[in-house]
Order: sequence, then C-alpha cells, then structure tokens
Amino acid sequence: MRKTCLDMVYELAQQDERIFFIGSDLGVGVLKQFKEEIPERFLMEGVSEANIIGVAAGLALEGKIPYINTIATFLTRRCFEQVVIDLCLHRANVRLIGSGGGLVYAPLGPTHLAVEDLAILRAVPNMTVIAPADAEEMRRLMPQTVDYPGPIYIRLAKGYDPVVSRADLPFEIGKAIQMREGADALLVTTGICLQVALEAADQLAKQALEVTVLHVHTIKPLDTTALLECAAKVPVVVAVEEHSVIGGLGSAVAEVFAEADLDSIKRFRRIGIADRFAEEYGSQNSLMAHYGITAERVVDVVQELGKSFKLRCGLG
Amino acid sequence: MPKSAAALLDERSLELRRTIVRMLAAGKRGHLGAAFSLVEILRVLYDDILRYRPQEPRWAGRDRFILSKGHGCLALYPLLAEKGFFPTEELWKFCKSDGLLGGHPEHRTPGVEASTGSLGHGLSIGIGFALNARYEKADHRVFVVIGDGESNEGSVWEAALSAGKHRLSNLTVIVDYNKHQSYGAVAEVQELEPLADKWESFGFAVTQVDGHDVEALRQTFSRVPLNPTKPSTIICHTIKGKGVSFAENNMQWHHKSGIKDEEIQALLHALGTH
Repeated sequence: MRKTCLDMVYELAQQDERIFFIGSDLGVGVLKQFKEEIPERFLMEGVSEANIIGVAAGLALEGKIPYINTIATFLTRRCFEQVVIDLCLHRANVRLIGSGGGLVYAPLGPTHLAVEDLAILRAVPNMTVIAPADAEEMRRLMPQTVDYPGPIYIRLAKGYDPVVSRADLPFEIGKAIQMREGADALLVTTGICLQVALEAADQLAKQALEVTVLHVHTIKPLDTTALLECAAKVPVVVAVEEHSVIGGLGSAVAEVFAEADLDSIKRFRRIGIADRFAEEYGSQNSLMAHYGITAERVVDVVQELGKSFKLRCGLG
Repeated sequence: MPKSAAALLDERSLELRRTIVRMLAAGKRGHLGAAFSLVEILRVLYDDILRYRPQEPRWAGRDRFILSKGHGCLALYPLLAEKGFFPTEELWKFCKSDGLLGGHPEHRTPGVEASTGSLGHGLSIGIGFALNARYEKADHRVFVVIGDGESNEGSVWEAALSAGKHRLSNLTVIVDYNKHQSYGAVAEVQELEPLADKWESFGFAVTQVDGHDVEALRQTFSRVPLNPTKPSTIICHTIKGKGVSFAENNMQWHHKSGIKDEEIQALLHALGTH
C-alpha cells in the first residue's frame, strides 16, 4: 500500500506541477526516480516534523500541494499542534501519508504504534481522515486527493495486504462502501479491518447469519447517511477497527447512533484496541489477536448480541 | 532632569503607540509590552521596506511578512489599517465579537499571511513561502519577526536548520530581542546568549541593531540579504514597553486584562496626550 501510494505521488507529480513531496528522514532510495527527475519538488527535511508541517503549510498557502510521508505517529502526535494550526486552521492543501497506521510496527513497541491517530485528527475542523483497505483502493483514492479541499490524512497499512476492495464499486472520498448485504447484523469497519469483517461475514454465513459490511474508508467526514441506512435494517451493529476504542470509528458510529433518535432498539459493540499501551511485541497479526481484533471474535460478538437481542424482544 | 521615555521617540512612533493604547482601551486587554517593543521594527518595514498592495492583499508580487510572535499584533493592526488593508474603525473593535481583529493575527484578516499566536510556527511557514518563491523564480522576499521568548521553542531551531540548509537568501528573520518574556528576564527564564553566534552557526548571516532607531533599522533592513547565499537574521535590541517609563521592562505590562480607565489615561499622558 505504501509503495502504491508513493508511486502514485510520483505519477501525479509528473502530471501536475503543483505537487511537491516532503519526507523526513525516510529509508534510502525512497522515491529515487522522483528525486532524480523532479528534484526541485522533492524535499528530504530530516527528523523535524514540526518544521516539515509548517514548510508544507507555507507551500500550500502559495498554491502548491505537498504530500508528506513519514511514520504515522511522528506525523500526527509528534507535531499535532502544527497539524491543527498550520494545516487545519489555514485549510492548507497538504496530504499526510502516515506509514504504519495501527499496529504495523508491533516489533518496535508503543513509541511506534499509531493507535490514536484517527481519534486526534478526527477532532480537528477541516481535516479529512482516510484509511484505505488495500493497495488497489489506494490507487483509486490518490487521484482524488489532488484537488480535494483542505488537509488530508492517509493512513497506510503494512504493505502487501490482501486485496479485498472491489474495483466494481465506485470510490469517492467521504462515501462509505457497502461491501455485502444482510439483515442479521451490520459490521462497520475501516482500513485493513475490512479483511477481518469480510472473513467474519463468511464465517457467519456458514451459520445462516447474513450480515451487512460497510467499509468506511473515510472516517471524517463520516458518511452518516450510509451508516444510518444500513443500521436501520439490522438489530446488531459491531464496529471493527485497528485503533483505540476511544475516539476512532467505533466512537464516531456511537456518536451518530446516540443522537439519531433511532426508532428501533439495537445492540452495539466496538471491537478495537483496549485503552492500554501494548504490553508485548510480536507482529501486527499477533497484536491484533492479543487485542481481539479477529474474525473469530467478531463472529462471537455478533452471535452473542443476536441472542441478547432476541431475548430482549421475547424471541429467544 | 532625565528625559522621559517618550521624549526619545518621534511623533510618528508616539502616535502609533497612542493608537495601540486606544485599541487596548477598546478591548480592555492586550499584550502592550510586546507590542511597544515592536513599533519601530514594523513601522520601518511597512513604511520603507515591504512591497504590498493593500487593495490586492494576495497580490503575487508582494513581500511576505509573518508576525510569528503573534501576541505583538497590537503593533501591526494600526499599520495595516493606516495603509488601507481594512477600515480604521476595526481598530476600535479589538477583541470584540463583531470585530475583525483579535488578540492574535488571523489569516482571514487582509494583510495577514498566517495565523500565529502559538509560538514557533511562523518561521517554518516562512520557509515554505521562500522555497516557493525560489521555485517560481519570483523576486519577492519573506520577512518573519520572532520573539526572544519564542526562541525557546524547539521548532524555531528546526526551522533554522532547514533555512540554513536551503540557503534561503530571500528569507530574513527579525528577532525582537526585548530581553523579557512573560515570567521575567530572558536571561533568567531561558538564556539565549550567545544569540548571534547561534544564528550564525545555523548558517545565517547575522547583524544587530537598535530596534528603536528608525534610521538604523531602515539602513539595516535595506541591506538584506546580508550575504547573497545565506538567509539573514537581524537581531533588534529593543525594550519591552518602550516609550512609557512605568511600563518599560515591567512584566506587569506583558499582558494586561481588565485595564482600568486611569491606566489608559496614564499611558496616554505619558505618550503626550493631555
């Protein structure tokens, strides 16, 4: 996904002279071709994220479109105030490409885990927050980022993630994609957790439970219309994300439901990262399992909530 | 008898300060000390140095000016109004809900390039402007005024590294070095010396000037870039609260809220209004 994303920055920059690339202190050889062919729009500015955000804001206020790439934690919480003031307050057309969103850097420990990036960025006016599911979806997203107004955060996953997005479904920033339809439950998800949700849906189907899967690649602005339409048809809603349960997609969904004056009762749960720092290393997958962000757990939660709902309605 | 602080200033400098006091009276609050140390710096920039078109605030050929120490904005607004960026009436609505001008400069205000107030942001944005000017082969220049307290921020020095690396000769940093920050003397809160050496070591050409000497400022600002292959830093030695004896170097006047009518009268009296 990262490779596709950066390759597309290069492709887009070839066609559009407003596009700059700014890296912090990235791996040797990153975007080598960009640097060789368009050196005047390629900047490698060192381990100084606060400055990089300000410089990008200055370029954007002059009409340029800078794409910045570094590790997600350093691009969000390290320079959060620069993101808020320099980018969001000025509505600067800067694109933040955060490497290793979620638990990707599991072996490197809590300093490198971007598990609250969606929460903190979602809280800031004018920011758009996007977590694509795979490289193919990234390919559909990137051209739309060029002229989209205001700052955008693009959360990258590990790379070589299984492709589960579908080319036949239209992609538009801010429009959630319904990947599957079923009346027994709604799984709301974002980023690579679309894999988890689709796998859970397959397992549930084997037990004669049909679920809707809504892929919310754009966490902000949230597609509340699609969310409420999908939720209206089901008794059970489960949000699944590779992010803290505080402030991310699950929270956003809960906020919408709490104020939606829903006519029917529902059972709702958030599946995500518990409110504690990671206690172990391992891999992205092992940490996901540690936190219970797995298809098996989604299946269990949907089944439990389904039973609970039936009992409540006198159907059990 | 020693001369009063005001006697050392010319009528234009006194009138700008009286306007600041009247804004303070309207808003009942403001950073007076930080504004008074800036008056001559900004006056010379807007009278003699910067290129701009008030009726066309985003004119591409303008010099970019950022007041990174945004809390000094009381010194900026009267000049922007006088030059025609917005009506003078706005000055008397300082910090009011129906006014344009608040306690820190905002990008939406004509003549203001960037919203500042949180310290340590302006220089990086200025570097973005300067890199763009170089990319576009445009000859406009970038001036960023920073404070001495602001220079405690690590981001200022990240930016200094970057500007030095890029040899941005179209960028000038002006330090309003009034030697006082909010809690007390800079030397006691967070010493900056040797300040000129610091900027030189980051790749800047550096000079120093009396920040209240209008002619010296004019000559110094006219000389940038000080070195054709480096960004410039001009350290302006100033006095916090300059122009009013009882406010000079008095931390009680760094920021005042709930200002009393008697205090306003005393300030105006000291500045020559009877």
